[in-house]
Order: sequence, then structure tokens, then C-alpha cells
Amino acid sequence: MSIHPPESRVWWNEPIARGELVWIALAFIWGLIMFFMMIYWHLEGKQNLSPEVYRIDPDVFIQRTEEFAEKFKVREEGDTGFPVAKPAPGADAYMLARTFEWWPVLELERGQQYRLHISSADLQHGFSLQPTNINIQVHPGIEHIVTITPTQSGEFSVVCNEYCGLGHHQMTGRIHVVEPGQASAPQPQTTGQGG
Amino acid sequence: MSVAATHSGAIGALATKFRTCPATGLKVDLAAERLIKANAVAAVVFLAIGGVFGLLVALTRWQAVHLLSAEWFYLVLTAHGLDVLLVWIIFFEMAVLYFASAVILSSRIAAPRWAWLGFILMLAGALLANVTVLQGESSVMFTSYPPLQASPNFYLALILFAVGALIGCFVFFGTLVIAKEEKTYEGSIPLVTFGAVTAAIIAVFTIASGAIILIPTWLWSLGYISHIDTLMYKLVWWAMGHSSQQINVSAHVAIWYLIAAVTVGAKPLSEKVSRTAFLMYILFLQLASAHHLLVEPGLSSEWKIVNTSYMMYLAVMGSMIHGMTVPGSIEAAQRRNGFTQGVFGWLRNAPWGNPAFAGMFLSLVLFGFLGGISGVVLGTEQLNIMMHNTLYVPGHFHATVVAGTTLAFMAVTYLVVPLIFQRQIIWPKLAKLQIYIFAIGAAGISLFMMGAGTLGVSRRHWDITFSDATLSFSYPDAAFLMLGLNGLSAILAATGGALYVVIVVCSILFGKKVDASNVAASLGPMPKKVVQEAVTKYGSAGTWHLPGTYVLVGVFFTAFVLYYFVNWKYLSELWPMQ
Repeated sequence: MSIHPPESRVWWNEPIARGELVWIALAFIWGLIMFFMMIYWHLEGKQNLSPEVYRIDPDVFIQRTEEFAEKFKVREEGDTGFPVAKPAPGADAYMLARTFEWWPVLELERGQQYRLHISSADLQHGFSLQPTNINIQVHPGIEHIVTITPTQSGEFSVVCNEYCGLGHHQMTGRIHVVEPGQASAPQPQTTGQGG
Repeated sequence: MSVAATHSGAIGALATKFRTCPATGLKVDLAAERLIKANAVAAVVFLAIGGVFGLLVALTRWQAVHLLSAEWFYLVLTAHGLDVLLVWIIFFEMAVLYFASAVILSSRIAAPRWAWLGFILMLAGALLANVTVLQGESSVMFTSYPPLQASPNFYLALILFAVGALIGCFVFFGTLVIAKEEKTYEGSIPLVTFGAVTAAIIAVFTIASGAIILIPTWLWSLGYISHIDTLMYKLVWWAMGHSSQQINVSAHVAIWYLIAAVTVGAKPLSEKVSRTAFLMYILFLQLASAHHLLVEPGLSSEWKIVNTSYMMYLAVMGSMIHGMTVPGSIEAAQRRNGFTQGVFGWLRNAPWGNPAFAGMFLSLVLFGFLGGISGVVLGTEQLNIMMHNTLYVPGHFHATVVAGTTLAFMAVTYLVVPLIFQRQIIWPKLAKLQIYIFAIGAAGISLFMMGAGTLGVSRRHWDITFSDATLSFSYPDAAFLMLGLNGLSAILAATGGALYVVIVVCSILFGKKVDASNVAASLGPMPKKVVQEAVTKYGSAGTWHLPGTYVLVGVFFTAFVLYYFVNWKYLSELWPMQ
């Protein structure tokens, strides 16, 4: 039994049952398939996390985000005080995580590519884009540049999904995706105050 | 069996007192027995505390109930993680290590005083951790990612606990040396002990990693170090955080073999194969630190792919082997017992009324189907983009740690109480029910959290309606349903958990004493052999035809492949990223 020493002392010479051998081979091959699937997706797939990363002083990132928001501001998001920045297609966009907000609000065009810079001003945060469900970890002092192409239009939310303190569950952001060439217009007000 | 006490060389051996177990004939060192009892009792106490915290968490995330305030929710969530993921599990594992070395090898335990010191350090650490968290200044979650800072005692408590556990591991290794030296067994160590060795080796790696990162973090919290690199912290911390769960895997797989041996008389199909599978764990499981760093900026994809796949999934292969050899050895044993009819006659006639067997088999199935498959999907570099930090993650590890490890530990308790505490289970019918209630609850928690995670719901989040957020948002209605069902499952699991604690405590205090006359009956219902000792030859000889097991693993493999590729399809629908 499994609680007794092996019955024959030279147990490593015991034959292995055919069924076991088949299963071991199957498990091994399946492992290889799963391993190479990740590599294949880097070559052929469209959803891979960018390796473009820089160390950055949080203050510098804050400053760059503020300059970006000022330069591309098209309006304010309702009465929330959040600026809405609409970068040119193909250009850089910035989003700053800080307790407890994602700043600023972005407006992007569907089908266009953007270089999205994300980093944190203070603690670790999570960039969780909903309802598409893209989740990226955000560190203070590390700038991550993700090239994204929105494929649906509408209103998307960024939820912080790394615990960052007692206001963690209030930490949200927003990305509007509009049809290409559509002029940005003030959106209907949708703040949380009303319920 | 040779007699350790007659060994003239060692003074320790002369002073050791043994009793002979009436069921197994094993010689039980009374010092080891006391240590097993103390560690098991401490484990159960912290399971009770941590379980209550867990129920409070689930009832808060159930939006219709929303029990706790935000402040209390994050505090209780931190305490829940600590108490069940670390304290309950590791205390119980210490008991398993002492059992698998001293008791199974009929040896005296090495340095029992050191083992007690380890126990006291662990207990002090566990108490200090709970007190510190309850004081409210350390609601940083179990993971305590910097720059978020807890009070210094939080880190100190973990360090104390880890040092205590490390001492326990060395007592275990020392006992192996003594057993070999004093020739208490012949040939190689039994498979169960081999599994425990695997667990202990991984434990040493785990604890060393914990020390490497927690000591500087403690000094940082005291102000002696100015900066902890956030990425470095996570890399090393998860070498503890994830590897500690790999100790569980090794320990509960060893327990599967143990329970299968005791209840149906299972022998390993092949010693070579089962031991190689454990060896795969030793070599590759610890790479899984990467599972938590797949969407982290600053780590290369090459590093992520090699590590997250445990070097081409060789550790997954180890688990898949156990997933076949454990039911295979049960089928072989049952066929030897005479249950040869049909494909599943052996399974139908298994001792489902024995809580140890039922818990073991449910643990095997739930760990494989829910925990194993979801773990591999979650640990795939690109697929992780859809799941990182969503409720899918706790969904996965509740399948492994609750439905897998905890259920297996509960199951083996129903053997430990009669064999080590020498008490009968006080309410055997309730014990039988308890295992099923807990298993259904644990499976529900895992499934519904994974469901909510698939819908994007964040883990560690107090309010899925975002009622205080300036920029409003709400998860889809289905997510609310999932969290409601999760709450109901948590109530079921907590009921099962409470029954377990009550049954175990009352059995130890008031259970009928076990002696030679009633020991067989005390282990619960066993399969009635149709053929007495028909085949006594080694392993699976004569029973290599295992159609039931082949069907089971075939179903498992099909589910695995389908679910894996369905997730790639979901991924391909996300916004393109590069």
C-alpha cells in the first residue's frame, strides 16, 4: 500500500502499464501544445501585452499627463470636473492612476490605434477596462505603453482592480469610443450622484 | 519491524516511549503524537476563525446583503486570507509532516523540543497577525503590496510564523534521517512519505523566499530601509505566496494516496510513475510565481512563458499523472476486492458512506476539474489579460485550496481522530453529511466567483455598484446573480465547515475511546471484499485493465482542451493590443 515501503526493493525496474504510458505521453504532448500556443499567439495573435516599459519618476508622469490633458481637452465630463482629452488617431494618450481616480477621461475613435501610456502616481493600481475585460497591472515609477485599437464604440469604464486603500471601490475612469470622424459632442450627464 | 527503542547508540531513542497502533501495527512515538495533536488542533481553531471571516466577506460581496462597511470589509478580507491560506493550512501540514515521518515510518521524532519551539513560534506569529490586523492599521490584504504599508507587527508576525514552520520542516527531515539510521523500515520510504518530502522541500523554498522579502519589508515599515521595489517585491513574495499553495498540492496528493490506501487498500499502480510525478513538482512547481505577474509591466514575455508554464507544463504533467494514478489505484484495488462488474462497478461500490473516502474522491475531482483546468487557463500569458485581478482568481484558488486541499485535510481528519487522538467520531452520520455539504458549498464558491470574474468583476472590491464613484459604472446584472449565488454557496460551505469543527472538537473531547476491539469500526464503513485477498502481488499486476479510470481521464482531458480553446476564442474578440 501507499503507506508501506515498495514491496520489491528494486521498484524502479517495475514495468509501467500501457494505459499509464499513453496518458503520460498525452499529458506531455498537451503541455507542449499549450506552451507553443503562447508563442504562436505572439506571432499571429492580436492580443499581446506590450513590452514597452520605462522607469519614470511619478512626478514626471503626472506632469506629462497634465500637459496631455490640457493640449487635447475637448470638454469636461458632465459636472464631474474631469477633462475629456481627445488625442489624434495614432497619437499618444495618457492615463494616470492615483488614489482614487483614473485621470483624465479619454475620447478615442473606433478602429484607430493609440499609444496608451499608463502609470501610477502613488500606489499600485489595476487598469481594468470594462465591459471589454482587459486587465493590466499598474506600478508607480513604471510607465507602460500599450498600443490599443478600440473595436467597438460606446462608453467604457476603467475600474481599479488592485486594492489601493479604503476608497479603492470608488476609483473609476472612463473612455469614450466614437465612430471615426465624428465630432465630439457633450455627452448626456451620467455621474454617480443621481444613483 | 525493527524496534527503535532498542537501538543502543542514541540516547534519544532510549528515552522515547511508543505505543502500537491497534489498526496498523505501526509504532507511534508519543512525543510525535502530542505534536500532531497540537498542530492539528491549532489548525482547526484557525480554520474556524478564518472561515467566519470568509463568510463575512462573501455576505458583503452579495450586493443584496452587503453586510460589512468598507473599512471592516477590507480588514476582514485581509484576516481571512492570512488565517486560511497560511495559518490553517501550514499548521495542518506540520501535523501531516510529523505523521508521514514518525508515524508511518514507526520512528521516533527528531528533536521534539525544537518541534515545540517551532509550534510556539507559529502560534505566536498567527496570534500576532490576527491582533495586528484587527487593530485596523494593516488592511493591506494578504499580499501587502508596497508602497501600501502595514504596521511593522504585521510583517513580524509572518516572519515568526515562517521561522516556526521552517523548524518543523527540519524536524521532519531529521526524523527521516533517524528512521533510516535506526532502520525502522526496509527499502525505500513509502509513497505517502515521499509526497510529504516533496511538500517539505517546497516548504523550505517557500519559507526562504518569504524571509528574503518580508525581512526587508519589515525593516522598511520600521523606517530603516527607504524603498522597496514594487516589482521585485511581487516577484519574490509570490515565490512564497504561490509556492505555499504548492506545498498544499503535494501534501493533499500524498493524502489522497494515504486515504485510498487505508480505505480501499489501494497500492500505487507504479511506484516509479507516481514518484516521478512528485519529482516534477520539486523541480518545476515553484516557477509559478509568474502566474501573478503575467500582466505586469517590465517582465519579458520569454520569462513569463517559461515560468508560467512550469517549464513546458512539466508540473502540470505531474498533476495529470496523479489525476490518473490515484483513481487508477482505487479502481485496481476495488477490482482486486471483487468489484469487477462493468466499467464503473468499482466506483459505485466504493465506500461513499465513509467521510474520509468521499472527501478524498470529491477533493480529487473538484481539484482537477475546477482548480486544475482553471489554473492552467489563468496561467496562460495572454489569457491572463482577461482574468488578472478579477474574481476569476479567487474562484480558481478556492477550487484548489478549499475544494482541493481543505476538503482533503477534512477527509483525513476522519482517520486522524481515531488513529492519533484514539477517539471515535462522535456523530458518524453527521460526519458523512458534513463532507458533502462542504464539498457542494466549496464547488459553488469556486464556480460562481469564476463566473463573476469572467464578467469582469474585480476581486477585493467592496461595492460593485460603485455608488460613491464620481464616474459611475456598474457590472452586468448577471454579475449580481453570480455574487448572490456565491453568497449562498458560502453559507453552505460555512455550515459544512462549522459542522467539521464541532464534530472534530466534540469527538476529541467526548468521543468513545478507540482500542484494539473497535478500531476497525472507528475508521468508518469500508468496502466489503467480495474476494478475500485474491491478488496479493505487487501494484497493479493482473489489474492493468482500468476502463473506468480511462473514461474518467478521457472526460477530464476533453473538458480541459475545450475550455482552453474557448478562452482563446474569447481573447481573440478583445480590442487588439500590442
